[in-house]
Amino acid sequence: MTDPTREAATQDPATPNGAEPVDSVEHAARTPELDQPYRELGLADDEYERIREILGRRPTEAELAMYSVMWSEHCSYKSSKTHLKYFGETTTDEMRAKMLAGIGENAGVVDIGDGWAVTFKVESHNHPSYVEPYQGAATGVGGIVRDIMAMGARPVAVADPLRFGPADAADTRRVLPGVVEGVGGYGNCLGLPNIGGEVVFDESYARNPLVNAMCVGVLKSDELQLAHATGTGNKVILFGARTGLDGIGGVSVLASETFSGDETGSGRKKLPSVQVGDPFTEKVLIECCLELYGSDLVVGVQDLGGAGLSCATSELAAAGDGGMRIDLDTVPLRAEGMNPAEILSSESQERMCAIVRPEDVDSFMAVCRKWDVTATVIGEVTDEEHLRIDWRGECVVDVPPRTVADEGPVYQRPVRRPAEQDLIAADDANTLSRPATAAELRETVLRMAASPNLCSREWVTGQYDHYVRGNTVLAQPSDGGVLRVDEETDRGIAVATDCNARYTRLDPYEGARLALAEAYRNVAVTGSKPVAVTNCLNFGSAEDPGVMWQFQQSVRGLADAAAELGIPVTGGNVSFYNQTGGDPILPTPVAGVLGVIDDVTARIPTGIGAAPGESLLLLGDTREEFGGSEWSRVVHGHLGGTPPRVDLARERLLADVLGIGSRDGLISAAHDLSEGGLAQALVEMSLIGETGARIVLPEEADPFVWLFAESAGRVAVSVPRGAELKFTELCSARGLPCSKIGVVDDESRALEIQGVGDIPLSELREAWEGTLPRLFG
Amino acid sequence: MSAAGARIGVITFPGSLDDGDARRAVRRAGASDVGLWHGDADLHGVDAVIVPGGFSYGDYLRCGAIAKFAPVMTEVVRAAGQGMPVLGVCNGFQVLCEAGLLPGVLTRNSGLHYVCRDQWLRVDNNTSTWTTRYEPGAELLIPIKHGEGRYVAEDPVLDRLEGDGRVLFRYVDGNPNGSRRDIAGITDERGRVAGLMPHPEHAVDPLTGPTDDGLGMFLSALDTLVAA
Repeated sequence: MTDPTREAATQDPATPNGAEPVDSVEHAARTPELDQPYRELGLADDEYERIREILGRRPTEAELAMYSVMWSEHCSYKSSKTHLKYFGETTTDEMRAKMLAGIGENAGVVDIGDGWAVTFKVESHNHPSYVEPYQGAATGVGGIVRDIMAMGARPVAVADPLRFGPADAADTRRVLPGVVEGVGGYGNCLGLPNIGGEVVFDESYARNPLVNAMCVGVLKSDELQLAHATGTGNKVILFGARTGLDGIGGVSVLASETFSGDETGSGRKKLPSVQVGDPFTEKVLIECCLELYGSDLVVGVQDLGGAGLSCATSELAAAGDGGMRIDLDTVPLRAEGMNPAEILSSESQERMCAIVRPEDVDSFMAVCRKWDVTATVIGEVTDEEHLRIDWRGECVVDVPPRTVADEGPVYQRPVRRPAEQDLIAADDANTLSRPATAAELRETVLRMAASPNLCSREWVTGQYDHYVRGNTVLAQPSDGGVLRVDEETDRGIAVATDCNARYTRLDPYEGARLALAEAYRNVAVTGSKPVAVTNCLNFGSAEDPGVMWQFQQSVRGLADAAAELGIPVTGGNVSFYNQTGGDPILPTPVAGVLGVIDDVTARIPTGIGAAPGESLLLLGDTREEFGGSEWSRVVHGHLGGTPPRVDLARERLLADVLGIGSRDGLISAAHDLSEGGLAQALVEMSLIGETGARIVLPEEADPFVWLFAESAGRVAVSVPRGAELKFTELCSARGLPCSKIGVVDDESRALEIQGVGDIPLSELREAWEGTLPRLFG
Repeated sequence: MSAAGARIGVITFPGSLDDGDARRAVRRAGASDVGLWHGDADLHGVDAVIVPGGFSYGDYLRCGAIAKFAPVMTEVVRAAGQGMPVLGVCNGFQVLCEAGLLPGVLTRNSGLHYVCRDQWLRVDNNTSTWTTRYEPGAELLIPIKHGEGRYVAEDPVLDRLEGDGRVLFRYVDGNPNGSRRDIAGITDERGRVAGLMPHPEHAVDPLTGPTDDGLGMFLSALDTLVAA
């Protein structure tokens, strides 16, 4: 925790007697030749020149801070923008029909029927979480939750796709427990159930962990809030936590290199550049916001995240129809001696900015008082064209807001397919030596179940509250999380996130399509209909042409797949520079899919044994596909060949059949087949359902291929007695391959696989559940 | 009084999280739910009070330590003294201990991690206002979710609780937090005020919880109120 008293007590040596000279617009105009530390702030020479051109003078210190942070890769998408356009180009009007807000808003919003809308988004907090795992992960949750609040929605669930270095690496033991505790510590305290997410281990994430955070919000479709500042004379209100010196990051360079070149400035206290979260403040802020929205007291609203007030004021003004004036002296601070650049760049958490009609200000303040939330009028919407910010009676920022928020640089980074791709593709995984005997197969089933990427996630997810709010119908270890939205009608939603970055490494285009196909399938196996896509694109350096090729291919793969599946991409997030030295992470385009389920009581669970006398059926085709497979990693430490084939028409067909099967009560359990193949799916269905099964191999099948191949488009289902014929007829009428692979055995305490042998559930459980507790305590 | 005529209040502190769930459980049991605001020194004529789970006031000092000073808690303590049924769940249990309505304290889990899981409990007492619907010795499956749920008290206090039959529930099939003598929930001398770490309000419907084993607590209290 930040200690506000200590912070406040820190005397700024630059201002021993109070008044510090101000780098005003006027001063900037008078001192055009002054050296400015723009390179230290991450701006290139030509970017700095462009700012001077826009303004017709050098920027003030505060303006420089604003431009540098808003034109950063993180805020401006300058390397990705040119590729991301493809999402828009491939979205048809038909796909857009249910979209209430899309790319460019704080988060995408989708109409789910009955007057309800859902908003969802994933964001990365990778770098902060490596530096400070707990706070990095905690504030990642806090940030995405505020994005959802900014759409007018009540946040209702979170899910966290996490990726770490090798499970047994010393640094993973530092990073993982802190990240998990941070995700839990913040989300649990906000009262948001954590219903999904991923935990993946791979060498490439050592020193580059990926901490992505998803939040889902629900609103009435006519209650959508947008981030714009309209209506001359409307007030700009900053509310929530006070603004401090935390999370200033690169802008802190200005603290020691003030325009006057004051050496003593470098002696002032700096706080860590990773922000510090206070979930209690955010919880209260959520309730306060919802009451403000419900009372119709807000014209526009924006959360304060990366780039703090710089971002909120310039984006609100840029999206509005006029200008804005801000008086920085009114911003409530929790540190003394902060200069304008610091106030504008501070990433202090738990803050929001609202546009409020003058006649509503008193009512707005009354709601904030009820929730004990600090709220201050800091400015107003004007009919001018500029965003103008004053400090101590002088104008320190006078800029066209769109030049800050929307018109940042756009780069056409070099893109080049690395020659080594051919070598990797030629390194065929299908030629690796395989288990042959029953004993070897049995041993492989157990070894796979215990491997870090396939074992139980209970050590992680058991630290997350998935019950709070009382609407969680399915949560981990289910393939997708399912929430009830309406208690009267039982209408609900499902979410899942996925990416197998080994596939993306082998082929970024096909790998991205596989990621989306799997997230889509994970939503479908719950009985829900997939309706929209979001993404979080984690890659290495944008200045590496090979990485940019991976990025370009992944974007195209995701967009093309979304179009083929007929569901829109409603938003996304890009994180570049996930690399240490010359080694980038595996390209990791995480796909998130939102689904709708008309009746949550018809949801399909993962565990078998719920209905008496179930049969087990396998839907889809199994091929000899081991490129990028978990088996090739676990047993051979191998990554090569080509990823499994993708057939999106088949995925749609599967989703249709699962939807009908759920609605008509023909399916008692279902599990998507992915990493580890059929063997792993059967292990999990048995262990989660605490029930054994007898599995019979098709006569012509090669047991190894059949058990461990990772062919896409497959789902294992259990079908209650009496429903089998109806279900198989449903499949054959629609041309979906469906084969009976065994029966659930209520009496058996083992998974019995013909040609492999019996494995007692107790032995499987020990393998599956033992790994993470052994590694992380 | 009819069941629907029984009014059960649920307090909302800043940072309360399970207040909505507690109110849903009250409705599911057939009673009327009434929201009570922490800053409001008025119980609005309710017949019983639930102090729900969450992180009241952020729990930055010590769990429940600030909440006991809320104006509404003064009224709860007064009403409990006059025999009003009061239930504290999780953070609410911590608040009732801090407020002196129940003995002992809840400290950090022995495993040091926050734990969310379905937990088996055994019913030790079925004579308190909140447990009459259960058979003695019955086993219930109810979620737990807390980082500070280790029940601690001096031996003489524990001896007296056990001697007086005031232990309502004990953890079975594994003690999740290191609570002394596996204690999951207790009651006061009169059996009217109860506190427990597990969340009965999250086990009122098998759709959203592991079971509906928790509903019995709300029905038990309702029986008492209807009979009164």
